[in-house]
Amino acid sequence: MRVPLSWLRTFVPELTATPDEIAAALLRAGLEVEQVHRYGDDITGVVVGRVLDVEELTDFKKPIRFCHVDVGSRVHEVVCGATNFVAGDLVPFALPGASLPGGFQIATRQTYNRTSDGMICSAAELGLAESSPGILVLPADSPLGADVVDLLQLRDEVLDIAVTPDRGYSLSVRGVARETATAFGVPFVDPGLLAAAPVDGGYDVQLDDPGCDRYVARIVTGFDPTLPSPPWLQRRLVRAGMRPISLAVDVTNHVMLELGQPLHAFDLATLQGAVVVRRATEGERLVTLDGQERALHPGDLLITDDSGPIALAGVMGGAATEISEATTGILLESAHFEPSSITRTARRHRLPSEASKRYERGVDPDLAPAAAEAAVRLLGELGGAVAGPVTDVDHRAPRPQLQLPVDKPGQVAGRAYDRGTVLQRLADIGCEVTGDQVLLVTPPPWRPDLTGPAELVEEVIRLEGYDTVPVALPTAPAGRGLTDSQRLRRRASRSLAAAGLVEVVTPPFVAESLVEGLGQSHHQPPRLLNPLSEEEGLLRPSLLPGLVTALLRNVGRGLPDVALYETGSVFRGAGTPVARVPKTSQRPTDEELAALDAALPSQPRHAGVALAGRRAGRAVAVGDAVEVFLALGQALGVTLTVTRGQEAPYHPGRCALLLLDGEPVGAAGELHPRVVAAHGLPPRSVAGEVDLDRLVQVAAAGGPVAAPVVSSYPPSSVDVALVVADDVLAADVERSVRAGAGELLEAIRLFDVFTGPQVGEGRKSLAYALRFRAPDRTLTDVEVLRARDTAVARAAADHGAVLRGA
Amino acid sequence: MSAPDYDPKQVSLLDAAQLEAAHAAGLAAFAAAASLDDLAHAKTAHLGGQAHVSLANREIGVLPPAAKGDAGKRVNEVRRALEAAFDQRRAALEDERDQRVLVEERVDVSLLPGAVLQGARHPLTTIQERISDVFVAMGWEVAEGPEVEHEWFNFDALNMPADHPAREMQDTLWLAPEGSQVVLRTQTSPVQIRSLLARGLPCYVVAPGRVFRNDALDATHSPVFGQVEGLCVDEGITMAHLRGTLEAYAEAMFGSHLASRLRPSYFPFTEPSAELDIQCFACRGDVALQPCRVCSNEGWIEVGGCGMVNPAVLVACGVNPERYSGFAFGMGLDRTLMFRHGITDIRDLYEGDQRFTQAFGTEA
Ligand SMILES: [Zn+2]
Repeated sequence: MRVPLSWLRTFVPELTATPDEIAAALLRAGLEVEQVHRYGDDITGVVVGRVLDVEELTDFKKPIRFCHVDVGSRVHEVVCGATNFVAGDLVPFALPGASLPGGFQIATRQTYNRTSDGMICSAAELGLAESSPGILVLPADSPLGADVVDLLQLRDEVLDIAVTPDRGYSLSVRGVARETATAFGVPFVDPGLLAAAPVDGGYDVQLDDPGCDRYVARIVTGFDPTLPSPPWLQRRLVRAGMRPISLAVDVTNHVMLELGQPLHAFDLATLQGAVVVRRATEGERLVTLDGQERALHPGDLLITDDSGPIALAGVMGGAATEISEATTGILLESAHFEPSSITRTARRHRLPSEASKRYERGVDPDLAPAAAEAAVRLLGELGGAVAGPVTDVDHRAPRPQLQLPVDKPGQVAGRAYDRGTVLQRLADIGCEVTGDQVLLVTPPPWRPDLTGPAELVEEVIRLEGYDTVPVALPTAPAGRGLTDSQRLRRRASRSLAAAGLVEVVTPPFVAESLVEGLGQSHHQPPRLLNPLSEEEGLLRPSLLPGLVTALLRNVGRGLPDVALYETGSVFRGAGTPVARVPKTSQRPTDEELAALDAALPSQPRHAGVALAGRRAGRAVAVGDAVEVFLALGQALGVTLTVTRGQEAPYHPGRCALLLLDGEPVGAAGELHPRVVAAHGLPPRSVAGEVDLDRLVQVAAAGGPVAAPVVSSYPPSSVDVALVVADDVLAADVERSVRAGAGELLEAIRLFDVFTGPQVGEGRKSLAYALRFRAPDRTLTDVEVLRARDTAVARAAADHGAVLRGA
Repeated sequence: MSAPDYDPKQVSLLDAAQLEAAHAAGLAAFAAAASLDDLAHAKTAHLGGQAHVSLANREIGVLPPAAKGDAGKRVNEVRRALEAAFDQRRAALEDERDQRVLVEERVDVSLLPGAVLQGARHPLTTIQERISDVFVAMGWEVAEGPEVEHEWFNFDALNMPADHPAREMQDTLWLAPEGSQVVLRTQTSPVQIRSLLARGLPCYVVAPGRVFRNDALDATHSPVFGQVEGLCVDEGITMAHLRGTLEAYAEAMFGSHLASRLRPSYFPFTEPSAELDIQCFACRGDVALQPCRVCSNEGWIEVGGCGMVNPAVLVACGVNPERYSGFAFGMGLDRTLMFRHGITDIRDLYEGDQRFTQAFGTEA
């Protein structure tokens, strides 16, 4: 809402504060003044002049006029490109040396072979309009030579206010003026109190739907449609951010801006029979003012006559009954509609309008006759119209009365407000108050947001100032700290960073093509109804699309070695919508809550990695990703095991499946060469992803670590080299060796992998250093060799391993 | 002096002159040894089993008892002197050797083995932990909720029924198909509802997380951003407690040198409602330091919304608003980060450029 201060001051006549002081005071009261625009200070040297004669210069491609303009003290020659004036007209004339908005300087110059000693100004050039086709012709009674800035009141400040949805009344100069008067403790002159008693013989109006509880219709005749809006009216509209259109439309907009009551003007001559307010029926259509034909929805509230729908109530008028350049008779509508009905219709037809914006936030239902009267008077004064009979169909419900214990505001704020303060603040916002300890408060009709004591409490605290609320810390009961899961997730994140990976936080919106390309479609990613871009219409079912995208970005920015990780939710599948969304008047039942959760997709937290280039001095390989996840498991206190996998989007021969207690919890691998090629990734890039929630869940269930017995007896070390087929996994051999060696094995380390003719075609030698130790004695050589032999035997049985050199 | 009762020739090695000569020869040999090897040879020659002092020592036994003491003393003196000379020379030669070898073993200590990239955690992660820790230290607990949320939690229970204009304040991303009832949560406030329903009272929780809006990505807006929600519901909770808690938060995050203020605002789920503004760190509202790019000359930066929990919200969660009251707040984490670290383009947070995150290390 843009509020010119000159307009606001007419209702707060004793206001002496500066624009900045006013802005600060309103901000403190909860009206967010985003900006203060200043006008007129940058205009000097523009005076009222009379065009004495007009000479058309015809030697040029476009019409050019050479005129003499009398400014009283002397006569200036001037060249002008506009044609919308005649000799004798009064115009704003910029003298040589004048300044116009934007730092534009006027000087005497030669142009079109003539001397131009000044400039005739348009409304746009004076900052009165965004654009204007011709120059501004001033009213005939403007005094010659007068300063145009003063005459047209060009000097003004405009407050640009962001209005929150609860403060519909602030979408008017009236509402902001009331807040301003309260903030400065000066009187407020309410412009919304014009009397307009119903007169018999008014237009026939019938309210057939509770969505409209008040409808004032005013007949106006004898209107002169050729008359323009006067400069002051145009100026106010422009300053308030609206475009002047025609006198009749400008008057309705002016009243709406001033009072907050939207008005609609029908061309009386086009109406057929009684105006009926009702809901649409299936199949009805209406061509609205914007020329669009709209299929109406049974929920749409309509203004109709015998011909059918003539307007979408409170949202937009119909084209057929629109006032035109020939309209002399007007039916003026000043009505009150139920907010949610207007919200739905405006949203359904994507028609947010100045009117709907106000109705949605609540319009003062008492205001309808006053607003209509204000408009009728202006149409009479400015357009020669004659006021006709008045219709006022009034179905308003009585205003609610709220109960407010007088000490309640103090209880909420944590300080005391005396009774007088509470009463004064409630009076400031227009409440009628009776009662003693429990106040009986009737909120004013323009405050439909005041529905309970909590809202009244806010008004008192807000107007007294939030800065007068004391400061205290609440005493929370002893907390339990982070949960095990929260602690474990922090550990997971630190472990990945400690492994030399850099965390990224990628948006969860992904392209279907990428999800498909990475072989993740079978996870059934949810689709967005209104995605940010059609491209990225899915929610990620995996962290890989985001990681691959980030990997590409880093590589694209010239970073050769990239190692990224991300932890976060992935989204899979779809839930079942609940048949009936629970009410909010009480706690939902456990069944209802379970049903709400069942409406959601599954969204486990995952941890994913992506690496490219070199790491620790050599090219990255699948083992890097596997190692990172094994370390992650270690950090959480769970043991992941590795087996061969065949998962997308990995190279089928270079994919590891990660298992926890024998169940797959993730995979890692070199990206499939086709994936690499399709996305332009660095060759041999690797990636991986695990179900972090699952890891954390198992880890959290593990309980505290059981301390080991640390033996101080000497160790015995022995090496074994085992030859196996080269498709046997080292991890599997190690597992067998461990199992076979038994409890005496303290540590095992793979120290050499060898292939070559000595071990045979298609085979490899794995050399392990085994360290044995007993908790209670020094081991004998016999014991150690026996343990080694059972280990080798187990590897032989499980994997056909042969002891090398045996 | 009587004639000796032994063969003087047999004991000539004990002759004073000979002993002195052996002493001098030993000293000379040790001094002349140019290396530890030379010294070892000299030691064999002058202190070894066949050396003069060793042989002389053996002959003491044949002397009459009266002469033994004197002879032994003389031989020992020579041996000790030679040993001392040897030790001294060895120490000197070892020093010399060490100096040479250690100098030769010098390496470039700045040459590192093939380094693993420096890992780092994202500032959005670490700031969530930092904020959580601030509140945990006050006895609060950390709560969580799903990012994809049912509209009942995201809107209805927060006093935003279907046609409420406040729903329009937030450009909501909905899941398909139409009527799914499921949104990407537009705020962390649904965690308030889940906490009240699941935890019972009193309830002191803080809930950091990601939220989503249908907002195009540019330098100051992102469709995904971080928020931290706070909720305190207990008996006797007042707006003074809200102010105190927010001041503690502001001090922890921004330091005690910046002022904060509450400005009346509107949220359907709080009443009264307020915006929390923090004094601009760049200009502090001082016109002399403006124009200010950080705050657009406002002097204040909006970091979040807050207020006293609307009784309607308590009722929807089965909490008796006659007995309990509470406050809630929701702070923008991106805004806080931009503010703390001078980040000028929000896209840096979400593009995943390794260089950006690396600058932050692993802890907040
Ligand atoms: Zn600043």
